[in-house]
Amino acid sequence: MTDRYAQAVNSGFTKTLAKKLGLPRPAILRRHRAGDPLTVGPVLVLADAASKGDADTLAQTLLGWDLDVRRDPHDDLRWGAVVLVLTEAAEPTAVTEPVLATGSVLRALAGNGRVVTISRAPADDDTPALAATRQGVDALVRSLGKELRGGSTSNGVVLTDDVEVAHPSVVAALRFFLSAKSAYVDGQLLRVGPADAAVVDGTGWQRPLEGQVAVVTGAARGIGASIARTLARDGATVVCVDVPAAGESLATTANAVGGTALQLDVTAPDAGQRILDHARERHGRLDVVVHNAGITRDKLLANMKPAQWESVVAVNLAAQLRINEVLLAAGIDGLRIVSLASTSGIAGNKGQTNYGFSKAGVIGHTRATARLLAATGGTANAVAPGFIETEMTARIPFATREVARRIPSLAQGGQPVDVAEAIAFLASPVAAGVNGQVLRVCGQHLVGQ
Amino acid sequence: MATRQTTAATTTGVRDAVVIGGNRIPFARAGKKYADASNQEMFTAALDGLVARFGLQGERLGEVVGGAVLKHSRDFNLVRESVLGSALHPATPAFDLQQACATGLEAAITVANKIRLGQIESGVAGGTDTVSDAPVAVSEGLRRALLDAQHAKTFQARLKALAKVRPADLKPLVPATDEPRTGLSMGEHQAITAARWGITREAQDEIALASHQHLAAAWDSGFFDDLVTPFRGLTRDDNMRPDTSAEKLASLKPVFGRSLETPATMTAGNSTPLTDGASTVLLGSREWAQAHDLPVLAKFVDAETAAVDFVHGHEGLLMAPAHAVPRLLARNGLTLADFDLVEIHEAFASTVLTILAAWEDDDYCKNELGLTGALGSVDRARLNVAGSSLAAGHPFAATGGRIVATTAKLLAQKAAETGRPARALISICAAGGLGATAILESA
Repeated sequence: MTDRYAQAVNSGFTKTLAKKLGLPRPAILRRHRAGDPLTVGPVLVLADAASKGDADTLAQTLLGWDLDVRRDPHDDLRWGAVVLVLTEAAEPTAVTEPVLATGSVLRALAGNGRVVTISRAPADDDTPALAATRQGVDALVRSLGKELRGGSTSNGVVLTDDVEVAHPSVVAALRFFLSAKSAYVDGQLLRVGPADAAVVDGTGWQRPLEGQVAVVTGAARGIGASIARTLARDGATVVCVDVPAAGESLATTANAVGGTALQLDVTAPDAGQRILDHARERHGRLDVVVHNAGITRDKLLANMKPAQWESVVAVNLAAQLRINEVLLAAGIDGLRIVSLASTSGIAGNKGQTNYGFSKAGVIGHTRATARLLAATGGTANAVAPGFIETEMTARIPFATREVARRIPSLAQGGQPVDVAEAIAFLASPVAAGVNGQVLRVCGQHLVGQ
Repeated sequence: MATRQTTAATTTGVRDAVVIGGNRIPFARAGKKYADASNQEMFTAALDGLVARFGLQGERLGEVVGGAVLKHSRDFNLVRESVLGSALHPATPAFDLQQACATGLEAAITVANKIRLGQIESGVAGGTDTVSDAPVAVSEGLRRALLDAQHAKTFQARLKALAKVRPADLKPLVPATDEPRTGLSMGEHQAITAARWGITREAQDEIALASHQHLAAAWDSGFFDDLVTPFRGLTRDDNMRPDTSAEKLASLKPVFGRSLETPATMTAGNSTPLTDGASTVLLGSREWAQAHDLPVLAKFVDAETAAVDFVHGHEGLLMAPAHAVPRLLARNGLTLADFDLVEIHEAFASTVLTILAAWEDDDYCKNELGLTGALGSVDRARLNVAGSSLAAGHPFAATGGRIVATTAKLLAQKAAETGRPARALISICAAGGLGATAILESA
């Protein structure tokens, strides 16, 4: 599960050699550690003329996090992040000045730096000029992500018209993108809607899931185990679910996170009820369900056996739907459902018609479930991992794996914890305004959005 | 006339001890999947699975009690060492006990009684055994020489001590399950008992077949999903033969009782194989279970042990439970018909059959057990309904924990299905003419 190439080009003689040869050098990504500063340096807040008020508000928020906040791009600093506020920009020319100002500091952006835009989502009644301005930010963010070096990323928070820039979910999304928790999230825009969300401040950011009960399926190993650990770190009591055959690793995960192990096949007809009963009877409540359990049975469609199609759809999609039905019927206030989609479910992948169908299906049901949950303050979101370094991807043939690693803008695979951090953010109460979204954790893979 | 002992009722003035759940690792045929696993590793795994199932990480339990029958001298504090290696709080006390195949049930009795008396609020009972990693002793001659050399003050004295070793001394003493006082193996003993009771080969094979079929059905239905945690890649009991048949069992050659005058009836199919494994059961007071939001499967009602004089007397080695159960029933005012489930450890299929036959025998019950007549019959439909040792295997000290946890879950299911309380009888025979029995009721 180690990326030897990335290690080699970042250390010793092979580093010098790689530099001389002009080889691509994937950066060592900075990941979250308790106590580390939020950003790698001062934060520059820029805005177009109309958005100055919103920029001021956000600058105040950033100051509240003890960041070194500046408003002048001419300061001679090694920048940790640029926050580009374009919320009130109404025509394309309005963004010229702040965007070019952003460009002027990119050479001074530190490694693992951040560019985060704050803008508004196009709405049906936008004028053509307004719609153009708002939509333009989309590819501005994604293009910039492809230009950044040294592990720096570019992401955006997109507000619907009825959301203030000070909305807790906007602030939380901004903080997530600025932090090391989003190390492998690049070129992504996250939409925030108007749902009520509690304000978080001070130490609240350290354990956002305190007192909550979370269920993670497929928790025995890999990404699932990492999700369980991350949710537990954020304060949740975690019910770790996996098939009985994976019970040994499942027990290890459960004991590591101080949760409980529930040996259960998610495709069992009563799986939803058993999950709900276990959480409520043993832990008194249920707040978060992470549908992580998933399998691959890759085969070209021409060669695909019925069992290969059926089992993938049963585990990856049908099981989630059936469990969600039980959860929805239970009428849980503020329930957070986060499902694992995949970039294969967005862009498709040769030999993965079954997997792609199931993962695109997850995206579909997530959007539909989001509408159903909104009434009770709940959310349903999906995370779409790209190439993540796991036991599963370690089995991919060398050449294929090496290509898959270098394609993303960050030129490397992600770690399970990168997926887990995104899920922990979406599962937190403060993310109430993020609903029905698909957040890619793919290091900005070339394909799809 | 046998010695009929009646103990004073123990059910007054004490509180309930309840079975919360259990966890074991799949049982493995000796020399297979767990060939390299030690008792400590297996028991720790069984404990850790239990901790994970019930979220007991860092919890200080009242006591962990368990043991092993085949135990290395290095494992002098086996259960405590396992606790220290587990996710339980290191301040959880523990001790080892040993009563041959009844070790696990005796551990459960011990923990339940401590809870009932209010000495502890919670506890784990269990056991582990490995035939694959059994201790091997050195010969008496080599042992003496090594000890002398150890104590020698000079190099020359050490050489002199070691020079006493003869080639024959280098042959290791492999542990045997033979009875020390008779030199007969358990199987040979049971063959004598079975012959005396006229137990047929067909009846034994029928018990064995039912064991495999019941166990396989239980596995297939997911019954063991919350009773077993896989270990070392083994996810089911590998002794189980779901596809066995009466014909296959009938084709096996007898292995015990071949020197008897009557036809030998005991085969590898209707005798338990040597097995590796470990099991645990979580018990607690009702208050403790409630405070920890834990389920309650069954109440540990009462227990009785017995021993028979198989050396000088005429009683079979494995017949002690036949004596213990009538005493247990009398004390609790129950008859065999009052039990919804009966779990009789299948040391051999013929053990189950001789015990059942003995209880149905008027003369035996009068003369040997001191009763006024036959104790009664056990409805076969209530016997070992989820399979037992013949199919699952029998890692000696781990069998009690397997049976108590399985029975408690069966009782909870039965009570939930019928809407009325259910009761179970557990009977385990052991080497040395020992037997341990217990009553569990749905909570």
